[in-house]
Amino acid sequence: MSTAADLSVRDLSWAPARGGTPLLHPTSFELRAGRVLGVVGPNGAGKTTLLRLLYRFHKPRTGTVSIGGDDIWHLSARAVAQRVAAVLQEHPSDFALTVAEIVALGRTPHRRGFGGSAGARDRDVIHAALAQLDLHRLAHRHLGTLSGGERQRVMVARALAQEPRLLILDEPTNHLDIRHQLEVLDLIRTLPLTIVTSLHDLNLAAGVCDDVLLLDAGACIGFGPPSDVLTEAALSGVFRVDARRERLAPSNADHLTFHLSHKETHL
Amino acid sequence: MTADVGTPVRTRRRGGTVAFVLCGMTLLLASLSVAISVGAVAVPAGTVWGVFLNRLSLGFVEQTWSQGREAIVWDIRFPRALLAMMVGAGLALVGASLQAVTRNPLADPHLLGISSGGAFGAILALLHTGLFLGLLTVPLLAFAGALGATAIVLAVSRFADATSADRLVLAGVAVSFIVMAAANVLIFLGDPRATHTVVFWMLGGLGLAQWDQLIYPLVILVVCGAWLVSRSTVLNAMTVGDETASTLGIPVARFRLIVFVVGALITGVMVAFSGIIGFVGLMVPHVVRMIVGGDYRRVLPGSALVGAILLLWADIAARTVMAPEDMPIGIVTGLVGGVGFIWLLARKRTA
Repeated sequence: MSTAADLSVRDLSWAPARGGTPLLHPTSFELRAGRVLGVVGPNGAGKTTLLRLLYRFHKPRTGTVSIGGDDIWHLSARAVAQRVAAVLQEHPSDFALTVAEIVALGRTPHRRGFGGSAGARDRDVIHAALAQLDLHRLAHRHLGTLSGGERQRVMVARALAQEPRLLILDEPTNHLDIRHQLEVLDLIRTLPLTIVTSLHDLNLAAGVCDDVLLLDAGACIGFGPPSDVLTEAALSGVFRVDARRERLAPSNADHLTFHLSHKETHL
Repeated sequence: MTADVGTPVRTRRRGGTVAFVLCGMTLLLASLSVAISVGAVAVPAGTVWGVFLNRLSLGFVEQTWSQGREAIVWDIRFPRALLAMMVGAGLALVGASLQAVTRNPLADPHLLGISSGGAFGAILALLHTGLFLGLLTVPLLAFAGALGATAIVLAVSRFADATSADRLVLAGVAVSFIVMAAANVLIFLGDPRATHTVVFWMLGGLGLAQWDQLIYPLVILVVCGAWLVSRSTVLNAMTVGDETASTLGIPVARFRLIVFVVGALITGVMVAFSGIIGFVGLMVPHVVRMIVGGDYRRVLPGSALVGAILLLWADIAARTVMAPEDMPIGIVTGLVGGVGFIWLLARKRTA
């Protein structure tokens, strides 16, 4: 397993076209190696845009993204793919690829030569990734025959086979039942990588992330430990709800609850 | 399924692939010898290979057949069968590759306007310009038309910012309609008595195959086919999705356009020499995926093999069903392909 890398984002902004409305206003933050960053905010706040800038899908309008000290736009796409892996919400079309073949795709940026033949080391890494997500039993099933939770595990294993130093996940708990959500979060907590994940569930984010970044309309409202950023006032403003922090009785853990504010409902 | 752990299974798959390739090659050679034996004059398979060996090195086998038989086998049926194999292999390769880069299981070499361009060029030659370049006039103009249509699709995709998978397909379909409309104008303006030659050209046929022209499809098929095979793992990654493929370091939009142009070269040269033969490029990759799975390192060679065999048999059927008339081969592939597709559709549901 490769080692985690520092992520440094400076004045990063993006707009779809020259002169278009920016979907992300200049944003800066530093994420130390091995930490988990949760990106939270309402729909359309720019979470996916920020992630796309981090995995080099969008070219920034201003600012830089550096991983382990290297600006990703000074590296080749392939060199970035050797450092950054992403688990996205794309649904692979059913072309009869097996789980093992999908996971093997993670080796693509590391391969050389005609046809990208797999070496012994590639096979070991694929093996380890399958084992880590408990997928050996499914290795020869077609992706199309798996459940949503199993597919998500396959895509995570594929990303791990890439041996990234930074792992990016876009809503990894979407459409998963509660057990699979907890499994994915548990995995995020234990992987020795720098991780950036977008999450809709603020309580999950508070539980799993070392830092959170709160976005609203493309602007960074706060960055830091969850207890500092996910305050009642900030959340009430950003999501336009009444957010309350309550304390659960037996576990003595913080829990956020949300209600539509009355002013809003009468409008 | 408890034994399904890692390497042993992988070797089993590899063993299966070797068996598939051996079976396929044997079947291909058998189909080739049937294709050359069968016809208005039946020629025994022994004679077929006797002629072949004698041509390789004179006097290798004692000549027990007439000069006429030799001419039928060598000058007419061999080039025809080889062209059938190349067209089948080429169209199937293009179909498989386009299905991956557009992530569209219905993608087909004729979908993106390439064949309409070929038809335009051929119609121009058949009805308007005359054979001013000799026997190569029709293939040359058809090839030029195919490349022209490809250039238009590329220009439209740039103009309409249609580099994504769906939008490239839509741009191709739109250009296909426009070019076909222009081709129909040429038919309308042409000599009505000559239009039946156009109809026959469009339905596809291998009857014009000649030794000295086979080199063009061969070179393009070998060069472009080798390039596609060398990009098998990238094609695998493209089936997962554009963004995921780009996080694997693949320049997605550029790769898709290159595959499209390579596919256009193959399709263009095949259409130029055989007309528009449908369904091979659409059907064969699906059949091959059912046999060898979805990994393009196996799908591409498998498609080439199965496509070659399929078109040999389609040509045998085209020549024998209404013998001594040559039925256009497009009728056979369309019929077989359509029925086969319904069968595939029903099978997918139960699988």
